Amino acid sequence: MSRIAARFSALQEAGRAAFIPFVSGGDPDFDTSLAILRRLADAGADLIEIGVSFTDPMADGPTVQAGGARALAAGMNMNRILDLVRAFRAEDDEMPIVLMGYFNPIYRYGAERFAVDAKAAGVDGLITVDLPPEEEEELRGPAERAGLDLVRLVAPTTDEDRLPLVLQRASGFVYYVSIAGITGTRSPTMVDVEFAVARLRRFTDLPVAVGFGINTAEQAGAVAGVADGAVVGSVIVREIGAGGPDMLERVSALAGALAGGVAGART
Amino acid sequence: MSPDTAANSYRTGPDERGHFGLYGGRYVAETLMPLIREVGAAYEEAKNDPAFHEEMGRFHKHYTGRPSPLYFAERLTEHLGGAKIYFKRDELNHTGSHKINNCLGQILLARRMGKTRIIAETGAGQHGVAAATVCARFDLPCTVYMGSVDIDRQAPNVFRMRLLGAEVTAVESGSRTLKDALNEALRDWVANVHDTFYIIGTAAGPAPYPEMVRDFQCIIGDEVRTQIAEAEGRLPDTVVACIGGGSNAIGLFHPFLDDPEVRIVGVEAAGHGLESGAHAASLTGGSPGVLHGNRTYLLQNDDGQIADAHSISAGLDYPGIGPEHAWLKDAGRAEYVSATDAEALEAFQLCARLEGIIPALEPAHALAWVIRTAPDLPRDHILVMNMCGRGDKDVFSVGEALGIDL
Repeated sequence: MSRIAARFSALQEAGRAAFIPFVSGGDPDFDTSLAILRRLADAGADLIEIGVSFTDPMADGPTVQAGGARALAAGMNMNRILDLVRAFRAEDDEMPIVLMGYFNPIYRYGAERFAVDAKAAGVDGLITVDLPPEEEEELRGPAERAGLDLVRLVAPTTDEDRLPLVLQRASGFVYYVSIAGITGTRSPTMVDVEFAVARLRRFTDLPVAVGFGINTAEQAGAVAGVADGAVVGSVIVREIGAGGPDMLERVSALAGALAGGVAGART
Repeated sequence: MSPDTAANSYRTGPDERGHFGLYGGRYVAETLMPLIREVGAAYEEAKNDPAFHEEMGRFHKHYTGRPSPLYFAERLTEHLGGAKIYFKRDELNHTGSHKINNCLGQILLARRMGKTRIIAETGAGQHGVAAATVCARFDLPCTVYMGSVDIDRQAPNVFRMRLLGAEVTAVESGSRTLKDALNEALRDWVANVHDTFYIIGTAAGPAPYPEMVRDFQCIIGDEVRTQIAEAEGRLPDTVVACIGGGSNAIGLFHPFLDDPEVRIVGVEAAGHGLESGAHAASLTGGSPGVLHGNRTYLLQNDDGQIADAHSISAGLDYPGIGPEHAWLKDAGRAEYVSATDAEALEAFQLCARLEGIIPALEPAHALAWVIRTAPDLPRDHILVMNMCGRGDKDVFSVGEALGIDL
């Protein structure tokens, strides 16, 4: 069983949802980023999304853009992202890790070689924002051969005619983008999220995680009450961006509060 | 996709998924996919509706001022002493460039789709002005995204857009130029999919835009075919156009793709020179990648990070290129060459003095290639260059480049 499947299965038995933090890999620099990943794990993360920086992140708001730009300025590239995962993996063999980013850096690396190297580094799944099912063929084969999950994005604009295509051959979990918009801007209403998750469950047995616009422990808890996971990115990235000597402590505290919100949701 | 062997044609692309061979496609976030497919379906319907073409034709004639003349540039021809040079005068269009051809088509489509808000991106401001113009004419609110670097170097066009009632939003992310304006427009679109139509300014972006923009710009090449037949009784030997995203060029080229005797040349901006690294020549100095919804040639580093383009012309300052050009390059049907900032500046001045036409800096790049090449061609060689924009907007940046304080 993959780390992602094992984690969701364990959470289901425990009767709670996953807390899924997102950070840009290498933000603000390699060593600090590694320390942040470890802090997130200690604070109660159930799965970690590591953003792979891209100069032109068209689905991201200013906060995540800034995090990506800091990582690039610190010399991050795909090889260093895999180094980062490897370094984290050396001390934690259970935390599922998903790389989230855009297709061009993978394309340049070479999809086949990337899938093999990512798997070897300890990556479990990929979210490629600008690779809809219609264009995914060239990554799907390599990812499946390497044993990486391809996590599908579903949006509020995805109608029922389209859902079967989007969910066909989805693996790991399904990521519901809770707002029609970019990361870290508006927040969804819970009624809409509940309705959307219920709709998704009619089409898939995979766990459903919800992200975009979740900013507080309360929101994370509310989402965790109806979904199998709550993804939180921008508020954490903003805290990293604020810097300062106590940044790691603040990130830990924030992650702890968010994890607490998620854990308290269904007990 | 090599030329479709059954039809023996270079003009059948893209395929039903929006691909030109390896290039093109729809590389966008899921949020946009349903909407992009809706635009595609609406365009298919409009394309086959005579009423749509009739309405567009009426506006082309009475609003834009089409057909634009095909002008024999006699003094330039004499000066260079070789090929017989014609200018397709698309700089005489309303708003001063070919951009209106596309904006007119897209806004008529937006109206058909019942959209009530328009967004656009702009580099030099020519597309922004054209978009703001049609929005004024059809009474739709318009937001134009423009990099703050471009806002600084294209102040007259910024003012024009505001006069036309558009909101010009400065983009401060990334390199603060055209590519970042495109990112920001896409972000706006994702957040406002229900009521907003995105008028993309060039033959790039996710399908159906490359095909749709090409179709709207093909009026350039279609008119040239008719006009050159009247003037010379035959096809041209060479057609040439500048290339940023490539919409004026594909509009001129496409009607000639299946005439193997016509040489087709696209001129990219070489900035300070290809070897300097400071240029905007995606085809001659880039490599395939995925950006802004399509696969095409890009300026990028080994890690797939997009490089900043450089050109004295804000309209060519883009690190990508329309996907059909990428395909035509690989297929060998069109040649892609480049001209530097300095060459374009020379051509700009020469054209003003010899022909009384101040070209935009964009077609000044095509003109630079003409100046370089025409002297070695025989006098009966007919060369048609697309004069796709006028240079009024550029007098300040040219003045600055020449060290003249205006």
